[in-house]
Amino acid sequence: MLKKQAYSTGNDTVCFDEMLRADFSARDCYRTLFDWLNRQTAAGIRVKQAEADAIFRRLGITFAVYGAAEANERLIPFDLIPRVVSAAEWRFLERGIEQRVRALNAFLHDIYHRQEIVRAGLVPSEMVNGNSAFLPQMMGFDPPRGVYSHIIGTDIVRTEEHGFFVLEDNLRTPSGVSYMLENRETMMHLFPELFAAHRVAPVERYPELLRQTLESVAPSGCDGEPSIAVLTPGIYNSAYFEHAFLADQMGVELVQGSDLVVEDGALWMRTIRGRARVDVLYRRIDDAFIDPLNFRPDSMLGVPGLFDLYRAGRVTLVNAPGTGIADDKAVYAYVPDIVEFYTGEKPILKNVTTWRCSIAEERAHVLTHLDELVVKEVHGSGGYGMLIGPHSTRQQRIDFAERIRANPGNYIAQPTLALSTCPAFAGGGVGPRHVDLRPFVLVGDRVRVVPGGLTRVALKKGSLVVNSSQGGGTKDTWVLED
Amino acid sequence: MLGRTASSLFWMARYMERAENIARLAQVGHRISITPDSTGGYREDWKSTLASAGCLDGFEARGGKLAAADAQKYLVFDRDHASSIRRCLEAARNNGRAVRTALTREMWEALNSTWNEFAAIDPTGVGAGGMADLLDWVRQHSAQFRGAMLGSLLRDDGFHFCQLGTFIERADNTARILDVKFNVLLPVNEALSGERNQHQLDTMLRSVSAVGAYRYFYRDRLRPRQVAEFLILRPEMPRSLRFCCDFVAPSLATLAARTGGGAESHALGEALAAAMRGATLDAILRDGLREFLADFLTRNGAIAAAIAADYYFD
Repeated sequence: MLKKQAYSTGNDTVCFDEMLRADFSARDCYRTLFDWLNRQTAAGIRVKQAEADAIFRRLGITFAVYGAAEANERLIPFDLIPRVVSAAEWRFLERGIEQRVRALNAFLHDIYHRQEIVRAGLVPSEMVNGNSAFLPQMMGFDPPRGVYSHIIGTDIVRTEEHGFFVLEDNLRTPSGVSYMLENRETMMHLFPELFAAHRVAPVERYPELLRQTLESVAPSGCDGEPSIAVLTPGIYNSAYFEHAFLADQMGVELVQGSDLVVEDGALWMRTIRGRARVDVLYRRIDDAFIDPLNFRPDSMLGVPGLFDLYRAGRVTLVNAPGTGIADDKAVYAYVPDIVEFYTGEKPILKNVTTWRCSIAEERAHVLTHLDELVVKEVHGSGGYGMLIGPHSTRQQRIDFAERIRANPGNYIAQPTLALSTCPAFAGGGVGPRHVDLRPFVLVGDRVRVVPGGLTRVALKKGSLVVNSSQGGGTKDTWVLED
Repeated sequence: MLGRTASSLFWMARYMERAENIARLAQVGHRISITPDSTGGYREDWKSTLASAGCLDGFEARGGKLAAADAQKYLVFDRDHASSIRRCLEAARNNGRAVRTALTREMWEALNSTWNEFAAIDPTGVGAGGMADLLDWVRQHSAQFRGAMLGSLLRDDGFHFCQLGTFIERADNTARILDVKFNVLLPVNEALSGERNQHQLDTMLRSVSAVGAYRYFYRDRLRPRQVAEFLILRPEMPRSLRFCCDFVAPSLATLAARTGGGAESHALGEALAAAMRGATLDAILRDGLREFLADFLTRNGAIAAAIAADYYFD
């Protein structure tokens, strides 16, 4: 069902297709999939697509969209065609990611202690100490094993054969891992023969690895098996499904703030037998909400006194508060230097070129090239509050220039990347669609990267925005074994 | 297990059971409204149907007309009526969603697909025929959920909270049906064998899906005394008050033993079960059926309150 003429992004820009070379021949790792695709019919795929949607709906794998009152539970569109990553490509990514997360954890430890990197003049003091994501309350504190960010989702984009870039580090509370796991289950269910024809590295050990990681960072005073709980804001949170899923898969309690209490120098959950101790809390609520006594006093989601308990070493919070400073979009531009400073090695994974509007010359460049660049808010996420230059109107650019001049420190700009494409089933046929990749990394007693990740795909023809809130979907990601 | 989890399991089961009971009442109401010989027309019967469902006041306050379509839609679809089938299914599902980790996949799928399918129905598009199918569908899905629970849920604390929710709700429901039509069961009516009386007894049994069971058990026509005995005291009848108590008390005993707490609810549950085991119909009728039912409803409610307090529901 693949037609050469129809296999196009609809854009003039040439971009790297992960399946096909320019001569319409399949790359090695895609050969089996390509042959299989050629044997499928559009009608057959549609049947499978309906089956997949029914599976997700039945399992309740939905996400909430803010502001959409009635249809507040939607499915993230799932694309049936898997993305394939070769073993060699994966080894490269894995090494690069591990290097990066080690360096960023070292950076966090440093800036919450002696700030050597600031003293060395590599990162401006203002960038750290004047940053709203910097948490002075964390100064001088040593988290178990010195790990700050235990659970990380590194966003990676590709522009050419060997051109992988880190777009965002996501060191706070990255989500999406449940989709990686459920996408895999669904694919194995729908296409067992295609799956069997590849040697796909398994991802299903993730919950077990997550549990091991959490256990490995229990407070030093905890003897016996640490008690773990997942803290969720509740059923109306957009990622609630994932919170419940992970707690279930790990076999630990899923708690809300109201289930927890700080008493007698420990954290407890209220159970039907009275109180029960919690040693490690995998919290899926933002820093500002974890403790109304120490942070936002109006927070109903957190636990009064939790942060004091954490600082006293009586409970471990995962991820640590204050990790946002290391994935701040303004700090991002310094990450290559950060990697070199703490590891003594050249960064394996590249950064996307980034202009900081806080710096006069860089701002001038941004303002004169708005029609080519992507401008992002430093603290924005989810694809909101950004300008995509090539797809913008003149009026939008004028408005954005105004906003940048008014608050330059709030914006960075990056070139519009020609994101790689993968085959996707959309618009009644198979066409190339832009993708990114979020592998999931665990840092505890050691670094664990699960071979796979969440591939997000912009299902709209030509679109570069892969966020689920903006019409993006997901795919299963198959890392092949040698 | 978290106190909140226990609470959600209890209420999930209660709301699912309630949805099924309301469906049954609405079906009976529908049946009456199309039965030609019902003397006095259907108005009176919808009134008692709504009263059995515990929502007559709410319906009247809303200015609803006691006509089939109106009353039925109120019972089934009304978004402002806390015990409409719609709200029950939604509440059951939301309680389940809040404690997904405590449910088996089968239970969750039953709960989730029931709500999703129901929520997709457009009430204005449901005619009389469609309504009958829909009510059957609700009962089937409630049965499917219970089947998933019985067949897949580990027999530990969570199971017992589900059992408690189910049987406390069921007892409450049966007691209310009896209460609304208690006069039909009084000995003074024993001698009457008029068509209207038979019809009322038939309705009462249908409201708990027990016409066939009654005939099989007694091999006799409908008699007030036997109907009362069947619905109140027979341990074989799965919706009788006695039957419900026989399930509530052991779950409370198990929970008390497993947790080392729960003294209050255990004592109340045991006392009510013992009272039901020792009760005779003669004594109940002598002391007043209405008073008996009022007392039962109070004690059943007190058990629910004690469970919430004993197991830290909030």
